[in-house]
Amino acid sequence: MSCDSTRTVLHGYLDGELDATRAAEFERHLENCRECAVALGTEESLRSMLQRSGLYETAPVSLRKKVRADLGAAASSVALRIPAWRWLALAAALLVVASVSWYAWPRVQNSASSAPFTAAELVDAHVRSLQPGHLTDVASTDQHTVKPWFNGKLAFVPPVKDFTDEGFVLIGGRLDVLGGQNVAALVYARRKHVINVFVLPTKEPDTPIHPPGLRQGYQWRHWRRQGMEYCAISDVADSDLYELAQLLYQ
Amino acid sequence: MSGSDQGRGPDVLEVQDRARFEQLVLPHLDAAFNLARWLLRNRADSEDVAQEAMLRACRFFRGFHGGDARAWLLQIVRNTCYTWLEKNRPVELMSEFDEELHQQPSVSPEALAIAGDNRERLTRALETLPPRFREVLVLREFEGCSYKEIAAITAIPIGTVMSALARARQRLQSALTHSAPQEASREL
Repeated sequence: MSCDSTRTVLHGYLDGELDATRAAEFERHLENCRECAVALGTEESLRSMLQRSGLYETAPVSLRKKVRADLGAAASSVALRIPAWRWLALAAALLVVASVSWYAWPRVQNSASSAPFTAAELVDAHVRSLQPGHLTDVASTDQHTVKPWFNGKLAFVPPVKDFTDEGFVLIGGRLDVLGGQNVAALVYARRKHVINVFVLPTKEPDTPIHPPGLRQGYQWRHWRRQGMEYCAISDVADSDLYELAQLLYQ
Repeated sequence: MSGSDQGRGPDVLEVQDRARFEQLVLPHLDAAFNLARWLLRNRADSEDVAQEAMLRACRFFRGFHGGDARAWLLQIVRNTCYTWLEKNRPVELMSEFDEELHQQPSVSPEALAIAGDNRERLTRALETLPPRFREVLVLREFEGCSYKEIAAITAIPIGTVMSALARARQRLQSALTHSAPQEASREL
């Protein structure tokens, strides 16, 4: 494999787009090619820089409103002209859409309306954080260090509290992406287990702490409080998770 | 930007279509805005263009027969952005996409980390890239799109997505490391 072609293949490898044979071939090459090994390191740091930069720009509220208005105006003008039997068809269609999308796209469960991320995304984010070197961007047990660290990195200030006395030690924080949005992740240790608490702003009203969700052996608790959406996820027992949720809820 | 006024009101969208649209397409409004923002490099214009793209998406929604709704929407957003750029800032589209870059020595991860550890510098470096490089990076790194999705959105053959990304990343690295020294001295 010449190094020129490797320069391109390296990107396919980095992006997880090579098939197993080509990936293995490249890994063998990587063992002997110092240049590629360095280049891969550089590309990886460029990637994490971009992904952690907070440069993703979410749609402003004004745009969301305008689009909703455009849609609403269109649909209400049509709705008036719909005969009664069509409503039944519509109800049936909605039921199908709702049930299909429930299976295809299971949102994090919630009694009022769904969380802006899926259960799969939530579990992925938690698992990713457990990989070496991914857990914290700022490692500190001091809430007065962790909280200011988020300043300027997010468009909101997550509430940061330490509960060492209650058995939940704050070990740090990081930026993460959940459901395509930048979120704050607060990291707590419970005995030897890691709990991630994802925090993002919301316009939805407060909710109680919802019943636990479960997927791939991880459990979570989700709630909304004072304009923030919280989701605590871990492999600890649900009773522990609920205890932390209650502490954060206060 | 008056484009959002034309054809206002996607009156072809019936109620059940609207429910489907809200379910499938609307959740990708952030993705739509983010792509527009990085293509147009300006929030105000992006808001108008993203709104227009959503209206177009409404109008074309009948033609969407399932599949990847995000890629479908982003394709519309991208086309709307390019149409807008052609009309309002044609010069920006004249930069060469196929320009050959000299093979540059690898930048070390450490040097890059220092150069890129600054949100504003990273923004400026990204913004100096030609739009066709910028979009593949935004789609890959911010949106997490697969090569197949990138090919569908940008209309480049799937076989060239990898090399387009390779060149885009190289351009970004050199933009970052070249701008770093002056930036550093200015900040002092």
